[in-house]
Amino acid sequence: MLTKRIIACLDVDAGRVVKGVQFVNLRDAGDPAELANTHSEAGADEVVLLDISAAHQNRTTLLDTVSRTARQLFIPFTVGGGIRTLDDAAAVFAAGADKVSINSAALADPSLITRIAERFGSQAVVVAIDAKCSGNAQQWQAFTRGGRNASGVDAVAWARHAQSCGAGEILLTSMDRDGTASGFDCDLTRAVADSVRIPVIASGGAGDADHFVEVFRDGHADAALAASIFHYGVGRLADLKEKLRSEGIPVRLPC
Amino acid sequence: MIAIVDYGAGNPVSVKKALDWLGQECAITADPKCVATADRIVLPGVGHFAATENLGRSGLQDAIVTAIACATPFLGICVGMQWMFAHSQEAPQTSGLGIFGGECEHFPSAVKSPHVGWNQLELSTNSPLFHGIPSESFAYFSHSFRVPMTEETVAACEYGGKFSAAVERDRLFGVQFHPEKSGDVGLTVLRNFCTL
Repeated sequence: MLTKRIIACLDVDAGRVVKGVQFVNLRDAGDPAELANTHSEAGADEVVLLDISAAHQNRTTLLDTVSRTARQLFIPFTVGGGIRTLDDAAAVFAAGADKVSINSAALADPSLITRIAERFGSQAVVVAIDAKCSGNAQQWQAFTRGGRNASGVDAVAWARHAQSCGAGEILLTSMDRDGTASGFDCDLTRAVADSVRIPVIASGGAGDADHFVEVFRDGHADAALAASIFHYGVGRLADLKEKLRSEGIPVRLPC
Repeated sequence: MIAIVDYGAGNPVSVKKALDWLGQECAITADPKCVATADRIVLPGVGHFAATENLGRSGLQDAIVTAIACATPFLGICVGMQWMFAHSQEAPQTSGLGIFGGECEHFPSAVKSPHVGWNQLELSTNSPLFHGIPSESFAYFSHSFRVPMTEETVAACEYGGKFSAAVERDRLFGVQFHPEKSGDVGLTVLRNFCTL
């Protein structure tokens, strides 16, 4: 049976893993290559590396980090942050990424999705959407530039459009929940997951195992992503998966 | 030397990384001569079935045909496996190698497509490719089209009905999942292929 995926996210700034609360207050959490390996051995189904400082940093540092991280990682590896052109994506793939995650640049020019998909396949293109409730219940707006700019675009409509342009997966982050550990936004996740045919990865708000149960059961997510709860040993992946299994949610357990 | 065939689609780097990790001598190549004389051939694949047309244009297809006629072990991954069949609904105008009978088909509309994630291998025979791997082990899949069950299926997978996760005839192997991305299970599959 196809299992629900648990994805470990490494937010990276200048070659080090950091994790903010609602995009600020960064704390140092370690070396990306080491942490990726630790997560893989602990049972993570995928690793995502997001370069959160991409707008202002030297890209060479990122490519070096990607290459070091990819070398001994044999589970799917996604890289995002600051990918604006087909060439940016190609460089990240050449460094060892399996998928790229694109956000601001895709909203500015959705044909970027198509161009990357045509060359590397749809399965290699993850469109990341940072969504925030627009005040009205059941309505969310997509934000760009690390959550700084409101795009005026409806998040659900954008997810559907991204799919039609060739996106292979949607990485959906609730800005309202990110870093709060108060649970995923199940309403947002369900609204998007039920409107597209491609997998939706829920992100933002993971705090305990019950939150993962909720986002799979009520949010209809195909995968769930978390960063900080795994980094400091707060949450053991094996325990999380055992909890999901006991709740009847299919997960990959070590043989 | 293991030739990892580069036909301009997808990312052969991941496959090379895994073979390097296993200590295997390998090279990514688009040179038909290297492919024809390799000890083993891996045809990686992500993306569209039509991308395999490059194999015919570049002379790589002829090199592969020559090599497998001499019993060189061959492993097709994902689209590389699908190319071992004659046709795919993904690109009806594109011909595959046709080593295996049957046509790659779309998933039924009852399930989301693409099929992305970790799913279980149902192993039924003593395939050398799966030596040491228990049935029900997990592998990573990412594909929109699938190979139906055939007489040469050695691993099945369930998603909107059963389909072929792996096929085998003599020294020719195809896997729909990505062994280079399937953790220890995938590395074992690759190691088995390298020690046939």
